[in-house]
Amino acid sequence: MEEIYAKFVSQKISKTRWRPVPPGSLQTAETFATGSWDNEENYVSLWSIGDFGNVDSDGGFEGEHQLLCDIKHHGDVMDLQTLSVSQQWTTAHYHTGPGSPSRSSAPCTGVVCDNPEIVTVGEDGRINLFRADHKEAVRTIDNADSSTLHAVTFLRTPEILTVNSIGQLKIWDFRKQGNEPSQILSLTGDRVPLHCVDRHPNQQHVVATGGQDGMLSIWDVRQGTMPVSLLKAHEAEMWEVHFHPSNPDHLFTCSEDGSLWHWDASTDAPEKSSLFNQGGRSSTFLSHSISNQANVHQSLISSWLSTDPAKDRIEITSLLPSRTLSVNSLDVLGPCLVCGTDAEAIYVTRQLFS
Amino acid sequence: MEELDGEPTVTLIPGVNSKKKQMCFDWGPGEMLVCETSFNKKEKSETVPGCPFIYIIRKDIDVYSQILRKLFNESHGIFVGLQRIEEELTGKSRKAQLVRVSKNYRSVIRACMEEMHQAAIAAKDPASGRQFSSQVSILSAMELIWNLCEILFIEVAPAGPLLLHLLDWVRLHVCEVDSLLADVLGSENPSKHESFWNLVTILVLQGRLDEARQMLSKEADVSPTSAGMCRILGDLMRTMPVLSPGNTQTLTELELKWQHWHEECERHLQDGTFASSPRLESLCKIMLGDEAALLEQKELLNNWYHFLVTRLLYSHPTVKPIDLHFYAQSSLDLFLGGESSPEPLDNILMAAFEFDIHQVIKECSIALSNWWFVAHLTDLLDHCKLLQSHNLYFGSNMREFLLLEYASGLFAHHSLWQLGVDYFDYCPELGRVSLELHIERIPLSTEQKALKVLRICEQRQMTEQVRSICKILAMKAVRNNRLGSALSWSIRAKDAAFATLVSDRFLRDYCERGCFSDLDLIDNLGPAMMLSDRLTFLGKYREFHRFYGEKRFFDAASLLLSLMTSQIAPRCFWVTLLTDALPLLEQKQVIFTTEQTYELMRCLEDLASGRPVRGEPGAQRLQEDIENTKLEMLRLALARNLARAIIKEGSLEGS
Repeated sequence: MEEIYAKFVSQKISKTRWRPVPPGSLQTAETFATGSWDNEENYVSLWSIGDFGNVDSDGGFEGEHQLLCDIKHHGDVMDLQTLSVSQQWTTAHYHTGPGSPSRSSAPCTGVVCDNPEIVTVGEDGRINLFRADHKEAVRTIDNADSSTLHAVTFLRTPEILTVNSIGQLKIWDFRKQGNEPSQILSLTGDRVPLHCVDRHPNQQHVVATGGQDGMLSIWDVRQGTMPVSLLKAHEAEMWEVHFHPSNPDHLFTCSEDGSLWHWDASTDAPEKSSLFNQGGRSSTFLSHSISNQANVHQSLISSWLSTDPAKDRIEITSLLPSRTLSVNSLDVLGPCLVCGTDAEAIYVTRQLFS
Repeated sequence: MEELDGEPTVTLIPGVNSKKKQMCFDWGPGEMLVCETSFNKKEKSETVPGCPFIYIIRKDIDVYSQILRKLFNESHGIFVGLQRIEEELTGKSRKAQLVRVSKNYRSVIRACMEEMHQAAIAAKDPASGRQFSSQVSILSAMELIWNLCEILFIEVAPAGPLLLHLLDWVRLHVCEVDSLLADVLGSENPSKHESFWNLVTILVLQGRLDEARQMLSKEADVSPTSAGMCRILGDLMRTMPVLSPGNTQTLTELELKWQHWHEECERHLQDGTFASSPRLESLCKIMLGDEAALLEQKELLNNWYHFLVTRLLYSHPTVKPIDLHFYAQSSLDLFLGGESSPEPLDNILMAAFEFDIHQVIKECSIALSNWWFVAHLTDLLDHCKLLQSHNLYFGSNMREFLLLEYASGLFAHHSLWQLGVDYFDYCPELGRVSLELHIERIPLSTEQKALKVLRICEQRQMTEQVRSICKILAMKAVRNNRLGSALSWSIRAKDAAFATLVSDRFLRDYCERGCFSDLDLIDNLGPAMMLSDRLTFLGKYREFHRFYGEKRFFDAASLLLSLMTSQIAPRCFWVTLLTDALPLLEQKQVIFTTEQTYELMRCLEDLASGRPVRGEPGAQRLQEDIENTKLEMLRLALARNLARAIIKEGSLEGS
């Protein structure tokens, strides 16, 4: 972890996302978007990171991110995705109930898109499916959940996975009619709310979730209803978890306790033994703790699902130089990582795997 | 009552005719609400339409400035870092560390100043440009004061290095010199430049003698007549004894050498070496520390503290810190010359030279509109153990008072409240209490914000606040019909009473609709079920339904019985439970044993006897009739079951 650039931006950042590069191109990420929260006027802003080839004489400002443009946003920015769209769907999420006779709007907590479909979930427990060119929602599942849905991700194209505040993962299939999930998985023990979810980019049955107690859970949705492994991670809510899109043996988590961790489950040996000699990094070794293990086909084993605690060790590195207020969001693309914090700072690094 | 330190400023409220109408007001944590009343000042009430608005008046507008926000955030990081390393600060490195922290603060101020300056240049309209510029000057003044405090109080430079630090201080704050230098050097003929002599003079005034010598050599190249004089003056400049850092001279050695050099300069002046060039002569006089010569350069000096430092450089280079204020006072008087009176900044600097920290802080508090500066500076000085525990009227010391004021101001801001939390943490006496009061009043618009607030409270074991916030959120959820959310909030707060409320709601829904809503929640309660009796009952009751659905009648029966006998079922639900027993009683096979049937009968009689028998007309009567019918049916079914059970148990096990 060599250089990480910080910039204070006068707004608390709730989400950061890289602008996707066209697949197969050799470009690396150049622009990212951020959303702010808790301001009287919130903004969605686009930033570009510094140029590559130019070496500045004092090396100081090189690499600092610059604001390209921004736009006002009504309410806090809760989630960001990139798509070209020319619609605006207001009141996609609302509450109805004896206490709110007319529809009062409810926060929408998560958005995910898979061109041209967009799925949103909210505090009203509702799931909406939109298409980029349709004015109304294509499909709405009312009362999908009695508690708040915190995050959503695509499993396979017609299937989505949601996590809620009573510790359950639910899989929904849009091909089916009816308002019932096709599968429910939940934690054993305390029903700790789950805040974030991400699917392994290559193995679509492997899913990682982060919970309110900072616990990272890895699930195999094909088997059983309980997580495959539980890893004690942060000291406070884990806000985002991401598998690296091209190196899925690497996982990144960020949390309310102000830290951002890089989990490396890759099994190439040479790196690991020399780790202790590298000053400046704080890393620990952690072994899996298994809670439930069903039969797993050895051929399709993913390093995240494997069972041998002695052999497979995960290396964890903390990426931020000092403890700060909550890190709300992170995103990775290629060798670049961006994250935003409640201390109104954005951190960018372009050398993740140095 | 304290006397006022200055006249209060008058603020006009737009739209309110203060001559005709009266205004009412109310104080808030950092602001004031004002609106017009319908009372007239003088005449009888005329119904003149007044101003329909309520105004919020804030004194501290800095908190809303985009650029200053960066200052607040970055300095928050430095502040927290300082508190955390406090325990590790010992011994010799302590001073160095504290100086480093001070320099960090100053660099943050400078960065902010730079950005504000850019904004001032790029401003679209002159009014905002002016505003930015005035902010820049305020920030510059703050950095000036902080720098001086760092030299005098934190670095505690002794005589000798003190002057070097003061020279650096002055050089940092008069920045036109470098641009002028670049200008002149870059021109075709430097010595013919119009500002050439000004440049040389100011270089001498700032003690930058090497550069001055270079300039003089350029002049010498051009005009041979004064070449000789320039060379001599240049030599004098070169040989001036200065204390360089790391030099092992003692102070007395330096004094002696300097005295010697001073006499040599004096001699040249007496001999009239520079008589033919008035400019060079005045430079020599400056280097002798001649006050009249210095005062002639008032414009170049620009302010009295520059005059002070130059004067000290050329007349008392080994000045001791305790003697500073004599020279400061006289410099101020000489410079102002009775024409103008000292400004607030001058008073603050004078108080610093007098080593009166309290006065410095007091004057800064009055002059600045925001508590940021005094709070952080006082905290840093407190770490240097410089503030005696100077108790104020209300029981806390000055550092804590300022930090509390600053943090309260942050809490009044819609977004910066998160920074305020850490400041309260480091106020040992009143911090926790203040935090408890403030944190409950943060508006919670989304769940995510609520979660952050709750995390803050939980980390500090503020259980009362956790409960009250969770209760508010749970109540909101119940009103919006999000029973799962409500339950998860009450689990977080370990609030049994609310869990009971939510369960009652579920049970009521069941009674009304005949089926459960939100089965995903009830089926998956897990250990949370133990939180409250009613919740346990709900979970078990649902389990009973599941057993029945799976045709596990014996399990269902024993569960039902245990629900009734364990007293966790609410009284009003007993009828429903007993009615649920009916299909089990009517089964072909005998499910309930005799003991179980006796139990059921006892429950039934309990229920029947508990109800008051009143004859009332109308709907009540009808209701009672239905109830009575149900009871009759139950009695019949129980009796029949009892009969079958007795027979079955009495007979040999044949079937």
